[in-house]
Amino acid sequence: MSRLAIDVQDLRKQFKVQNNRAGLGGALKDLFKREYREVTAVKDITFQIPQGEICGYIGENGAGKSTTIKMLTGILVPTSGQLRVNGFVPHKEREKFVKEIGVVFGQRSQLWWDIGVIESFQLLRKVYRVPEADFRRRLDELVERLQLGELLNRPVRKLSLGQRMRCELVASLLHNPSILFLDEPTIGLDIIVKTEIREFLKGMNKEHGTTILLTTHDLQDIEALCSRVIMLDDGRIIYDGGLEDLKSRWSKGREIKFQFGSAVTTDRLRTLTEGLTGVSWTLENGVEAAMWLPNEINVSDALARVVGSSVDIRDIKIMETNTDEIVRAIYQSGSAETKAAAAAALEDDTAISGAARS
Amino acid sequence: MMSAYVDFIRIRFLMMLAYRVNYYSGIIIYAINIGAYYFLWQAIYGDKQVLAGFTVAQMTTYVAVSWMARAFYFNNLDREIANEIRDGSVAVQLIRPYSYLAVKLMQGFGEGIFRLLLFMVPGMVIVCLLFPVSLPTDPKVWAIYLVMLFFAFLINTQINMLTGLFAFFVENNEGMMRMKRVIVDLFSGVVVPIAFFPGWLSVAMNWLPFQAITYLPTAVFTGRTPLSEAWGVLGVQVIWFVVLLVPILLTWRAARTRLFVQGG
Repeated sequence: MSRLAIDVQDLRKQFKVQNNRAGLGGALKDLFKREYREVTAVKDITFQIPQGEICGYIGENGAGKSTTIKMLTGILVPTSGQLRVNGFVPHKEREKFVKEIGVVFGQRSQLWWDIGVIESFQLLRKVYRVPEADFRRRLDELVERLQLGELLNRPVRKLSLGQRMRCELVASLLHNPSILFLDEPTIGLDIIVKTEIREFLKGMNKEHGTTILLTTHDLQDIEALCSRVIMLDDGRIIYDGGLEDLKSRWSKGREIKFQFGSAVTTDRLRTLTEGLTGVSWTLENGVEAAMWLPNEINVSDALARVVGSSVDIRDIKIMETNTDEIVRAIYQSGSAETKAAAAAALEDDTAISGAARS
Repeated sequence: MMSAYVDFIRIRFLMMLAYRVNYYSGIIIYAINIGAYYFLWQAIYGDKQVLAGFTVAQMTTYVAVSWMARAFYFNNLDREIANEIRDGSVAVQLIRPYSYLAVKLMQGFGEGIFRLLLFMVPGMVIVCLLFPVSLPTDPKVWAIYLVMLFFAFLINTQINMLTGLFAFFVENNEGMMRMKRVIVDLFSGVVVPIAFFPGWLSVAMNWLPFQAITYLPTAVFTGRTPLSEAWGVLGVQVIWFVVLLVPILLTWRAARTRLFVQGG
């Protein structure tokens, strides 16, 4: 078994939030006696990430993702629990610890606003004490991979978001960290830059074995990169496992859409699939109908019944389970455990479609 | 690592240089301030030769030199730190293998060098042309004053840091920063030399760090404090520098556990 890059045990973070009382009277009262309430952002979470893994960390806004990342990177001090990253306790040995990690905050720049990109990199080289030769080699590699060539001499404030984000990535990798934390790295980026960044991260992980933990709201990031997903809701982990698992566990079935040559009735369709338990039909209009079938039933069995009958079929579309829908359903239900009905809304038009013409 | 810190000085200096036009008006404002105090003191002295141990000539020089020293040691680190805490960008500072406060100090020093070269020196030349300022001729006084000026910068910066770090504990420390500015100007002796304070207050001042910023060094420079006692003044500055490190480090440590990164 490989060494653990991140080892978290019962990690908890509480914040004291000031209560502002309403109105003038409230403001006066606040002046003399402040009221605080405790907010627990992260509630005793436990997980391990082995070296070399790309792990997605997802959850709704305010679920506690960023707070966790900030504890893992040594910015925040946990209220309780154990935490070891790269063998360090981040907040205790911060200066030593951060030399081995790279961090990108999608919503905050870590480059110096007023100086040129290359000057920022040079400064980081000195801050991280990277030898000149190593720095050159890495910079050349990163610049080529992310096509930064002509951006290097521009001041950071004149970069577009996509350009800046690529520079941020370089900045976080110049010292060859073994763990990379990405907090919403693709937020606000166009699809081309997103794809580029995903490809780049995959390559980094493959060649250098960099462990990556990323939070995102874009599940395509997760699908493209992560072998594993940790889902957080209200400070608790509600799912930890493979993405495929998540899909198969929470998708309860599929939907097949039919387009018929002539008008059909629901009754007629129902008789076709008689005996297949759980299969249901909804008629969308006279010639279009959708068949929902649970996972236990083979698609081919169900299809054979319909195709083998005398109905005139113009088109067939199989709707694939879509991660967005699953995750949305889980978020809405609050917990992956309790929600089985999540699978109700599991179709998507962009997915695989088969067409059969008669 | 040292070279990184030097780079922070250099970069801040260059940045200030890029915005230097903002400071030309500053020179004029300082000259007006000095002029206003010069005429005010003229009126206060009337036909008296000495007040609180200051001759008219010494007072003129005191006003000019203390304001020009302020031009050098003044900085907005309190506001910078408070803003970085409030908008959460302090988080980015904490993922770097350096001491946040040391970097801030270096940036403040970069600003200080800029202010010295492009603000204090030209300002001093202008002031000397406009008002009857008499500068010391002994190079030893100049040398020790430069060292004291550096400590004035350090102590003022420390007070700024402490004020700025309070943003960790209160939602808005704007009022505190304003109060600090007024207190430093008054108690350091820029506005009124401490010798003019009522007895109890000037005694209280002996136990506070403010006079080490302006009053004590300027008194040496204007010749009110003889050179033989200058080492004592420098000693007071060094002691305050060391003493002030303690609350800063304590505040910083307390702040780290309380840190609440705003804006997610």
